[in-house]
Amino acid sequence: MAELNTGDSGGGKDKKVRSKKQNSKVDLTAMVDLAFLLITFFMLTTTLSKPQSMNLGLPDKQDDPSEKPIKVDEHRTMTILLGDNDKLVRFVGLLATPEAAPKDFTYGKEGIRAELIDRKAKVLAYSTAKGKPKNGMIVIIKPSKKSNYRNLVDILDEMAIVDVPTYAIVNEFTPEEAKLLEGN
Amino acid sequence: MAGKSSKKAASIDMTAMCDVAFLLLTFFILTATAKIPEALPVDTPQSTVQTKLPETDLATLTIGKGKVFFDLKGREVRVKTLELMGQKYGVEFTDDEKSKFALMEGIGVPILNLKQLIGMKTAERSKAGQPGVPTDSLDNQLKEWVYNARIANIELNDKELQIAIKGDAKEEYPSIRKVMDILQDQKINSFSLVTGLRGKNF
Repeated sequence: MAELNTGDSGGGKDKKVRSKKQNSKVDLTAMVDLAFLLITFFMLTTTLSKPQSMNLGLPDKQDDPSEKPIKVDEHRTMTILLGDNDKLVRFVGLLATPEAAPKDFTYGKEGIRAELIDRKAKVLAYSTAKGKPKNGMIVIIKPSKKSNYRNLVDILDEMAIVDVPTYAIVNEFTPEEAKLLEGN
Repeated sequence: MAGKSSKKAASIDMTAMCDVAFLLLTFFILTATAKIPEALPVDTPQSTVQTKLPETDLATLTIGKGKVFFDLKGREVRVKTLELMGQKYGVEFTDDEKSKFALMEGIGVPILNLKQLIGMKTAERSKAGQPGVPTDSLDNQLKEWVYNARIANIELNDKELQIAIKGDAKEEYPSIRKVMDILQDQKINSFSLVTGLRGKNF
C-alpha cells in the first residue's frame, strides 16, 4: 500500500540494489507521532475553549407601582448586602427586628457559606415544625452601587453551591441598609 | 536494524494507523473554528458552575471599562441583524460589508461609525479604541441590537436567542445592572453569565 519506490536515481549497480532494499518501506512512525500530537492539540483546544456560564433567572420587572410586592415569611429570609472592597453584611429576618443581627462576613468557604448552610438547616427545621417542609430559605441579594461584578458572581456561586431554593437580586436599598454598609 | 530472520516482523505496518490518525486530524481541523480575537478583552469572574455556553443562537454582551460590546453567533443571523439595524437607522450596507461583518468579532461602536469599522483591517480594529455601543436612554442602540438580533434569529433559526453577559470581574455593579435592565425591558428574564472555571475545593 504505502510502499514507496525510490526508483533508480542513478548510482552504481550494486549500490542501487542496496538502497532499494532499505527504502522500500517508508518509516511512518514519525508521521504518526506528529499526527497524533496534532490530534491531541485540536481535541483539547476545541473542547476546552468553550466558555463556562452560569444561568441566571430574574423575576419579571414590576412596572405597575400599584402592584403589591409579595409578602414572605421573614423567618425564612436572609438578606445579603454587598458593599465595596468585598464587604458583605448579612442579616436574617427584618432589619428592624432581626432574627440574627447584621454581621460582616467574608466570601468563600469559611465565611458566608458556613452561615448559609447553617441558616438553611435552621429554616428547614422551622418550616418542618410548621408542617411545610417544602418552604426553604429565601435569600435576598442586594448589591450596592459600589460592589463589583465579581462579588455578584461569587455570591450567586454560593447560592449554587449551597443549593438555596429561592434567591433574588434586589436593587432597592433602604437608608438603614445603606448605613450598614457604610458603618464601621 | 533487524536480523535477517526477523526482517518481516521488525517494523509494524503503520499505514492503517497513519490513515486513522490523519482522518481524525482532518476531522478536528475542520470542526475547529478559528478563534476570533476579542474586541474587548475582559477578565471574567470565576464560578464552580459548569454549564457550557451554547454554540449557536447566542448573543454575547461584553462589559468592561464601562463599555458594552455586542457580539452575535451565526453568519446569517449577523447579516440579517445588520440589515435590520441598517433599516432602523437609515444606514445602507453593501453586500461586501455585510459579508465582512458576518465574520467580524464583537462590535463596540455607534451604528453610524460601523461602516468605518467594517472597512478597517482586523489589526486596526483592535487598536481603534472602540467607544462601546451606546446605551443611554436617549439613544439606546444596544437595545436595538438585541431586539433585532432576536428577530433575526427567530426568522432564520426559529429559536429564541440566548443572551450571555460577559462582564469584567472588576466592573462595578451599576453598569452590569444597566445591561440587565435593558434585557429585562424586553422581557428577557433569563440569561447566562460567562464565568471562568474555579477549583473544586473553593
